[in-house]
Amino acid sequence: MTKEGRVTFFSTSIIEDIEAINNSTASIVDVTANQFAFSVPIKEFTFKRTLMQEHFNENYMESDKFPRATFTGRFTDADLSVLTVPGNHNFRAEGDLTLHGVTRRIVVPATLEIKNGQLQAFASFNVAPADYNIEVPLLVRENIAKIVRVRVVLIANPVAAPAATRPAN
Amino acid sequence: MKTFVSVLGLGLGLLLAPAAYAQTGDLLGQLDSQTTDPQKREVVSATFKATHIINSQSVETPGEGTLAFLIQHRFGTLNSGAYNFFGLDQAVLRLGFEYGLTDRLTVGIGRSSQEKTYDGSLKYRAIRQTTGARAMPVSVTLFASSAINTLKFNLAPGEDRSTASRVTYSYQALIARKFSPNLSVQLMPTLIHRNYVATPGQQNDVYALGGGLRQKITKRTALTADYYYLLPGNTADNFRNALGLGVDLETGGHIFQLHVTNSLGMTEKFFVPETTGKFFSGDLYFGFTVARNFTLKSQL
Repeated sequence: MTKEGRVTFFSTSIIEDIEAINNSTASIVDVTANQFAFSVPIKEFTFKRTLMQEHFNENYMESDKFPRATFTGRFTDADLSVLTVPGNHNFRAEGDLTLHGVTRRIVVPATLEIKNGQLQAFASFNVAPADYNIEVPLLVRENIAKIVRVRVVLIANPVAAPAATRPAN
Repeated sequence: MKTFVSVLGLGLGLLLAPAAYAQTGDLLGQLDSQTTDPQKREVVSATFKATHIINSQSVETPGEGTLAFLIQHRFGTLNSGAYNFFGLDQAVLRLGFEYGLTDRLTVGIGRSSQEKTYDGSLKYRAIRQTTGARAMPVSVTLFASSAINTLKFNLAPGEDRSTASRVTYSYQALIARKFSPNLSVQLMPTLIHRNYVATPGQQNDVYALGGGLRQKITKRTALTADYYYLLPGNTADNFRNALGLGVDLETGGHIFQLHVTNSLGMTEKFFVPETTGKFFSGDLYFGFTVARNFTLKSQL
């Protein structure tokens, strides 16, 4: 099984750009039932600076208390059956994003494609730390963006679900 | 159509248990049950905020590719009176650089104005505290440094002193445990070897047991303390145990450490065997350390 899936985020401000990569994201996409779930272990984000990573875990995300971020929901805007047609297909991923213990319903554009028997998905969306009770102290308010860009790229392999228990599409 | 799964680093586990999920529809529950590996051990990070507690080194190292620059100040004693502006008229300074060759191994250099002392050190994170199955309860960091006094000798006629007599060595095992996100405690068995001592009231080899702690009071501030107990001997009879009490203030890239201590010196060779101040009689040196980290090599 080859796997490539990552969540990255970018915070751009006048003073500094902050970027982090997480290559330990787990996800399940059930195309039949039109459901998906992502689970992102917060401690696995890697930053350019070790101190940033420490602050991210200790001060902002409080990863001891909230070890993972999750996103669950369904695809809307198009019928998933179009995936049988080769090429990119645009959907909207609608669901609950839980971050830092706060759950919010979000809708993000997503692109899906089935290629070589694998599901490839891409999404890019914005998250405001303030919406998730992530406090940024006054002193570094200029260093951290109000809106953080999140990118999700994943390549998933098919898992056969037992036919008898598969819900009707 | 099908169900697609992506789990990085844990992929095989998913193939083993696909039966339950189409029934429950609780995809997240499945993900959690499949990705939560009870055997997984996680390293405990940020036992202390900085590479120093007050006088002492902490178990922390800067990490690979990171250069920590330390500016350490000790003013005169608070009880030296208004004439000396309660100590602020005088200051002893140490400048230090610590560079992480790897996440575990750090090299350091420093220069103290006290006795015009240069010091060099090696610090190695031998064991890291972990959580999970068969968790390691403590972190252990080994620290070795040597210091050389470069003051001009004021020798009596006929007296001779070699360069070697200027050198001292310090060896420490730093053993720390982060008991909770807020409380960390450290023990420091210490040996100081001095090639030369001026009087029989001192000793060439001084053994001490140090203790330190950090208690966070908010996310970015913490109270700190460290203490060295000199094991019985001539040094213990003639010198004092070093005690420091402080506050850590963290801003973005800097850590400010403000403290009072009865030790003027800021390297092991000074504060372990040569502390003279009586803490509770007001022989308190106000001091601060500013630590700034520079990333020379990106982690990404």
